[in-house]
Amino acid sequence: MSKIIQEIQKGRVLVSDGAWGTFLQKKGLKPGECPEEWNITRPEDVFDIAQSYILAGADMIETNSFGGNWFKLKGYGLEDQVFELNKAAAEISRKAAGPDRFVLGSVGPTGKLLLMDEATEDELYKAFKDQSQALEAGGADAIVIETMTDLEEARIAVKAAKENTACEVICTMTFDKILSGEYRTMMGISPGEMTESLVEAGASVIGANCGNGIADMIGIVKEIRQVNSAIPILIHANAGMPHYCDGETTFPESPADMAGRVKEIIEAGANIIGGCCGTTPDHIREVHHIVKGL
Amino acid sequence: MSFLLSYLTLLLNSISQNNQTMNELLIKLAECIEFGKINLASPYPPQLKGQDGADEITRKALDAGVNPQDILTLGLMPGMERIGIKFRENKVFVPQVLMSAKAMSTAMLHLKPYFLSGAAKQKGTFIIGTVLGDLHDIGKNLVGMMVEGNGYKVIDLGTDVSSAKFIEAVKANPNSVVGLSALLTTTMVNMEKITKDIKDAVPGTLVTIGGAPVNADFCAKIGADNYSPDPQGVVEYLNEKIA
Repeated sequence: MSKIIQEIQKGRVLVSDGAWGTFLQKKGLKPGECPEEWNITRPEDVFDIAQSYILAGADMIETNSFGGNWFKLKGYGLEDQVFELNKAAAEISRKAAGPDRFVLGSVGPTGKLLLMDEATEDELYKAFKDQSQALEAGGADAIVIETMTDLEEARIAVKAAKENTACEVICTMTFDKILSGEYRTMMGISPGEMTESLVEAGASVIGANCGNGIADMIGIVKEIRQVNSAIPILIHANAGMPHYCDGETTFPESPADMAGRVKEIIEAGANIIGGCCGTTPDHIREVHHIVKGL
Repeated sequence: MSFLLSYLTLLLNSISQNNQTMNELLIKLAECIEFGKINLASPYPPQLKGQDGADEITRKALDAGVNPQDILTLGLMPGMERIGIKFRENKVFVPQVLMSAKAMSTAMLHLKPYFLSGAAKQKGTFIIGTVLGDLHDIGKNLVGMMVEGNGYKVIDLGTDVSSAKFIEAVKANPNSVVGLSALLTTTMVNMEKITKDIKDAVPGTLVTIGGAPVNADFCAKIGADNYSPDPQGVVEYLNEKIA
């Protein structure tokens, strides 16, 4: 099977999947419950999420392993099951994806701040290495390190995946729009600074996920392209920012809202487009229609 | 007679020089807090490299006879206020605030004995926690650090905190204000019950809330007393209500 970057080099725009967290919640995941445990206890529900995105037209799907690192799993007493839970996550997505679509092993932040000595660089490296290897063992084609805000942690994760697996390494960070109108992660990193550093660390694809609807993602793509015209860019946009009203959380941007800006984000330089919080198979279906028609 | 005058002049000069030195120390200390200069050895920030940090200056100030209360009020607090405002204005980010907090807690180590003995006083007590079901703590930690740096005792209950645990802390610390944090819309909802439970158990307790999905409308709806979008806002609320 060819690599993701080969497809992009052919000039293709690829469609990624949508939200997992909000989808799991809809299926009954409670606050305080470990999502990754469902790979063993409720694999049919996890498979259903993966398959929904494949049927909606996604070229690639992620895995239910976002919090599958040692630090996060320790909070549930499951730190001894890093390998099993991540391997199972990749196996489920692989089964849904079949042989022809890509499986991206999701790796999220540890929640530990290096700056506050909550973990050492070696401990982080080991955690990301163990997780990446388990995802590869389950059939992941690429490792997608996502929702990162700390550049040093992101670099460690990229290197751990690159140096210990044969997977392509993708890394996306989460930006906020600050008062000046520019974008920064909460740790103060700009899209430009991210790009230069992560490419140097060994990422084949970089970009942004979460924190923004597609409109602000267009702005982030433009900032990335200002410093690098060639690196493949992946965007996972929220369906807008969540509103809470009378016991219900809603995300305001509809599939049509998202699809309506796809052409613009491609023109700005995005190569892979998918969704994050609040997006559904319907969002991905609409995005896929637009991309197919271009 | 002239000998007495010379002596008095010398004495007054030395007192005023000592005051000037004490003042200079406090100004320098505030600068160390504002810019996150922890100690002499620390290379951060670059512009203060090779100079004394919060650690050394606090020690020197105490040795020079500066009142520990003044060290807190005139040295630490102005520095924390400045970084809090810069953070609100997006001029600095989480790492800079964390460095300031580290500088401040290094200074506080020297002052702790004076708080314990009662020689120096904190303005009040603030109890903070991330609500039940939520494990996110960076925002909560920032608020806790900044509130402590502005002269309050902070009791941090951690994450995934139940009503019972909040109530226990409130009962053990009369007249404290409670802060609730949440990052997710799904856990933010727990703030309603926790706020009600606290106010039922200890009527009159003030509750302030914060976190990415939270806003003033939600605060009003659940019967909480204050919403602040940033740590400096919490400090200002506490100053208004307590100090």
